[in-house]
Amino acid sequence: MLRDITLGQYFPGNSPIHRLDPRTKLIVLVVYIVTLFLAQSWISYGILFLFLAFTIRISTIPLKAIVKGMKPLVMILLFTGILNLFFTREGEVLVSFWGLVITVDGVQRAILMMARILMLITCTFLLTYTTSPIALTDGLESLMGPLKKIGVPVHELSMMMCIALRFIPTLIEETDKIMCAQKARGADFENGSLMERAKALIPILVPLFVSAFRRADELATAMECRCYQGGQGRTKMKILRYHRNDMTAFGIGAALAAVVVVLGSFGL
Amino acid sequence: MKPILEIDNLTYTYSIGTPFEHTALDQVSFQVQRGEFIGIIGHTGSGKSTLMQQLNGLLKPTSGTVLLDGKDIWSDKKLTREARFRVGLVFQYPEYQLFEETVYKDIAFGPRNMGLSNEEVDRRVREAAGFVGLTEQQLEVSPFDLSGGQKRRVAIAGVIAMEPEVLILDEPTAGLDPEGRAEILGNIQAYRSAKNATIMMVSHSMEDVARLTDRLLVLNGSRLAMEGTPAEVFRHAEQLQQMGLNIPQVTQVFLHLRRLGLDVKPVYTIEQAADALKKMKGEVSTC
Amino acid sequence: MEGCNLAEIISVEHLAYTYPGVEDAPGVPVFSDLNLKIEEGSFVAILGTNGCGKSTLAKHFNSILLPSGGKVYVCGIDTSNEGRIMSVRRNVGMVFQNPDNQIVANVVEEDVAFGPENLGIASPEIRNRVDRALKQVDMYEYRTHSPSLLSGGQKQRIAIAGVIAMEPKCIVLDEPTAMLDPRGRQEVMDTITRLNQEKKITVVLITHHMDEAARCQRVVVLNKGVVAADGTPQEVFSQVPLLHALGLAAPETVELCWALNQQGFDLPLDRLDPAACAQAIFHEVTV
Repeated sequence: MLRDITLGQYFPGNSPIHRLDPRTKLIVLVVYIVTLFLAQSWISYGILFLFLAFTIRISTIPLKAIVKGMKPLVMILLFTGILNLFFTREGEVLVSFWGLVITVDGVQRAILMMARILMLITCTFLLTYTTSPIALTDGLESLMGPLKKIGVPVHELSMMMCIALRFIPTLIEETDKIMCAQKARGADFENGSLMERAKALIPILVPLFVSAFRRADELATAMECRCYQGGQGRTKMKILRYHRNDMTAFGIGAALAAVVVVLGSFGL
Repeated sequence: MKPILEIDNLTYTYSIGTPFEHTALDQVSFQVQRGEFIGIIGHTGSGKSTLMQQLNGLLKPTSGTVLLDGKDIWSDKKLTREARFRVGLVFQYPEYQLFEETVYKDIAFGPRNMGLSNEEVDRRVREAAGFVGLTEQQLEVSPFDLSGGQKRRVAIAGVIAMEPEVLILDEPTAGLDPEGRAEILGNIQAYRSAKNATIMMVSHSMEDVARLTDRLLVLNGSRLAMEGTPAEVFRHAEQLQQMGLNIPQVTQVFLHLRRLGLDVKPVYTIEQAADALKKMKGEVSTC
Repeated sequence: MEGCNLAEIISVEHLAYTYPGVEDAPGVPVFSDLNLKIEEGSFVAILGTNGCGKSTLAKHFNSILLPSGGKVYVCGIDTSNEGRIMSVRRNVGMVFQNPDNQIVANVVEEDVAFGPENLGIASPEIRNRVDRALKQVDMYEYRTHSPSLLSGGQKQRIAIAGVIAMEPKCIVLDEPTAMLDPRGRQEVMDTITRLNQEKKITVVLITHHMDEAARCQRVVVLNKGVVAADGTPQEVFSQVPLLHALGLAAPETVELCWALNQQGFDLPLDRLDPAACAQAIFHEVTV
């Protein structure tokens, strides 16, 4: 069911991870992802994995939620695995059949690539699960602040993102309702050729767009009524401030990157 | 006479095996006779919407059966699809499902999905439009150019055009003014008497269900808490109030009259109340 | 900020408004000469059928729409004075029908903070206002929740909190209960009644629920862009034939008394409460 999609969902909580400044989380996330791509050996991967496991543990996010969010991405994961498995020609041949060759290197690479993607997705989930979308957009707005000087509408962009995130659950619920209503009128979304199935989406998409425009219109009026006039002269209830925890997080992030880079230079 | 719908021990649980697991219907059983007008009442979250979607095969019961005309709608794929058309479902705010370029095409969507001939589709669209009071000219305009109340009537016509034997409506009058409410309720009555159709209506307006329905189903906490004629159900005023439901104002007036010492039977419509009191005044003044 | 020492917080003088036509089509006139004054601290209901101009009028109260003729003053400020729009809007807060389409943020307290943030208020003061506003609508314990998981009544209370955090003199609610179930309606009505009584905030409630209007101090009936009736609920609702002619109905208790009067009773038509209505009937029947 559509309602089961958890992508981008925030799990309120009060763990040390939740309490970190969103900017800290964003920066550490970027550092972590870069490090992930620099890692070459099992040892580096192991260290990165342990770091991730530790972070999940103290974030109090149930593992189940992360696994559930992973479901829609299983196909990509399998695709990467299979691609690496069959298209790696180097190394000792393990088996070969129908002209396909599986090598030891291929197996290793497939596992590492899948692990890399899994860890990449998990750490991104961890960010969105532990950071309210508002905090996230505030963080982005603040980090991108310098771009204002070259004319990038940073406030507008972050406002748009915030509203988009706010309306995702609403629109998912709405899609569900419209689908039910059209099914009740005999619409068939499961059978037929690709063309027919694409055509069957019209009765869902048209009402969905009409409703999204109506909502946008009403929301704009409501925002105007609440004295919104863009970013100028606007204050914030919560001002972002780095605390000691943030320093610790930066420290750990930097150390992690350093260790992986050093290990890499030793060929590990 | 054989009932048109037989619901036996129906249970439905959402998201089984996840932390969000939630039983929306718990061992619900009841029967509906052909031509009956049934009211379904219960506060939000009592399971009304889930129940509606069970009756035309949109949701499959976790356990229990739904018999339409004596046959289990899940026993055969063909029967499940047939149930969609024989049991018509009008959701809350149905105007938000309109999508076609013209009113005519939108009303025709259901009948076309049934695979009917062009002539039959045409006949049904025109007849359905007639039931909801849409004019010939209105059939050719875009549904998005109509007023809110008119859009709602187009959406209802879209379901009526499938000529369902059972028409289920979820709060068809929500958000309309008194005039708009009366019109929609009149449309439903017209369809019912013309086709001897069975109507099941979810409503928060106790006044409406009291006036229109033959029998009420009261849902509370996923279970069928009460079942009976409006008179039988509204007799249990206190229980209903505990479930977060109201009773019609006239019924409240009569409960007060009883407390004041008048020997009145419970009533639930203005007509009944006026009749009862008229007689009473006659009796009192003659003695 | 303008002090608001005038007796009338909103004053509508000879208002004319025509919706601009699309392309070459002529515009749709809504008002030609409407006059209305809302006193500070009052609790006023505006009633009327769909399309009578209620919502259009509401949008004039805080400069969302500007008059095509005549004037609207809020706290003495002309709403068409472009330089003063923000003063108008911080004095008159608006709550709309669909709670989903007026909540901006993903966390309850962040949403309530949206208005004060736009006003450029210092952070600690915003925090105070948000907490106070949430307590006033009885939603403080939900401050870190996501609005999408709340009930309709709760969402609407968040929307009200978002408005009162801006500390307006007046709140205008445009059919705030139309999409809610009876429980949600009760919650919203209780909240705004309390705000009016305890905080002395002027409340203008646009509705087509007669029982809600009956809880106000004053009822204004709009029809085709003019004031058709204006007075206390008792005064307005006792004009039953007029209400019927306008496509409206009186509360059931009054309708009952009126129906009985048609048949020779002599009952007062100002009993809006079932107990009071029962008293009157009891008196009439037994004496």
